Amino acid sequence: MACPLGAVDDGRTHAVRARAAIEIADLHKTYATADCEIPALDGVSFRIEPGEFVSVLGPSGCGKTTVLRIVAGLTAKTSGSVEVDGVPVTGPQRKIGLVFQVPALMKWRTALGNVLLPAEILGLDRAASRVRAQELLDLVGLSEFASRYPRELSGGMQQRVAIARALAHDPAILLLDEPFSALDMMTRNQLNIELLRIWSERRKTSLLVTHSIPEAIFLSDRIVVLGPRPARILDVVAVSLPRPRDPSVRVSLSFMQMVDRIGRLVGLEYI
Amino acid sequence: MPRVYLRMPSASLHRVLKLTLTLAVLVASWEALCRLLQIPAFLIPAPSQVALRLYDKHDLFFMHTWITIYETTAGFFLAVAFGIVSAAVIVVTPRLRDVVMPLLLVAQLVPKVAVAPLLLIWFGYGLFPKIIIAFLVAFFPIVVNGASGLASVQPELLDLGSSLQASRWQTFWKFRVPSALPEIFSGMKIAVTLAIIGAIIGEFVGGNRGLGYLIIVANQELDTALAFAAIFLLSVVGIVLYALIEMFERILIPWHAPLEPLTTGGRML
Repeated sequence: MACPLGAVDDGRTHAVRARAAIEIADLHKTYATADCEIPALDGVSFRIEPGEFVSVLGPSGCGKTTVLRIVAGLTAKTSGSVEVDGVPVTGPQRKIGLVFQVPALMKWRTALGNVLLPAEILGLDRAASRVRAQELLDLVGLSEFASRYPRELSGGMQQRVAIARALAHDPAILLLDEPFSALDMMTRNQLNIELLRIWSERRKTSLLVTHSIPEAIFLSDRIVVLGPRPARILDVVAVSLPRPRDPSVRVSLSFMQMVDRIGRLVGLEYI
Repeated sequence: MPRVYLRMPSASLHRVLKLTLTLAVLVASWEALCRLLQIPAFLIPAPSQVALRLYDKHDLFFMHTWITIYETTAGFFLAVAFGIVSAAVIVVTPRLRDVVMPLLLVAQLVPKVAVAPLLLIWFGYGLFPKIIIAFLVAFFPIVVNGASGLASVQPELLDLGSSLQASRWQTFWKFRVPSALPEIFSGMKIAVTLAIIGAIIGEFVGGNRGLGYLIIVANQELDTALAFAAIFLLSVVGIVLYALIEMFERILIPWHAPLEPLTTGGRML
């Protein structure tokens, strides 16, 4: 790499230029229907550093989920480039853990059985996976509910199982697609705190898609704010709140100011 | 908070008591009416006369009932085996679905009763044509329910599977089959009641064994009590087979709460 002003490459520049966990450049996506083409993403670029927590925030139906699905390799891009760990995404990848808007648990399996699924599909060692699955249920606060079936768990508990399942094969990256939007406000707040704690303990590179401004601020290092469809990046906001964050940070002045700032960015009606 | 599903034993006992009492009242009034109005036994036999006939000829009934059960269950199990395999083929290969589904529908629209005499010409008067008819009528609900069940996997689960690069085989066994089980079981419950009808149709058309045959003979001899007894046994066979499937459903898929038409009544249409 050419160094302007003759600067010496002392290793620090190298550190800054280190390989991103996720690198998205000029991403376009157009959905083709029978009689027209619907543009969903119009030149989206951002990068996520290893261990970073980044949220993609935007109004409903703006294409946030499309970004996540393209990173996961579940949806094909129209143009642009997406790299995970420096490798171009061409299809599904096992280094990714997925959490959906709905828990999507297998209702015929217990909580533990659900967490064991990724290990089974990957053919990992059974005994070790069981220990790990139990640890993960511990991590999400459900160790006593390992043998319960999904229908015996509340919506919030089911989503916790889904988070444990997403971590089961120790993926490098966690992709969360509006994981709490189907939950009531109190459960959602509680799970935000849980997710923050889980992330602090595991430090997985995380990409969260959400339309909740406080949720994005509370959890993220940076927030990619998307405009309405076709989505373009309005701004990438760095969250200046120090870590570790206490739940009480959400009623602090700086938090409120940030909510206000991002609210103005996306249009105040979204607050 | 976890919701714990407990079946209240006292409540279910209460239901059974209510049901038994209602039945007892019905049978008693039937008996009373027959005696009071002196209805001839060849028109409507009293329950006591039916019971007497059952007791007198229990060897005969045992043999014929066994034959009908055999035909029904053989046809039913054939329908389950072929039905589930067909459903899997239809779901896994979409190109075949466009050919097979219309064919199945056309086949279903052919009245099986009309085909029964032909099957006798082809396969003779033994048990085999009866099994075939039972199979033919029971097949359709299994295929339809099986296919819709196998296709009913939550899309997010399929996403999860492809994200983990699950093989088609893994996707099928870990996601599709368990998702389909509740629907397959409701298909089987419909199928088993149809299989009995199929077996009876076969026995009506020709042969010399089975409860259907017994009903034909009873009609010809105006032995109405015998016909009633045979019909009673047929109903018992139907209820027992249905209950057996429901029992297996409870054991195999405890995570699924089935409707309980036999014991709760109210929720069935």
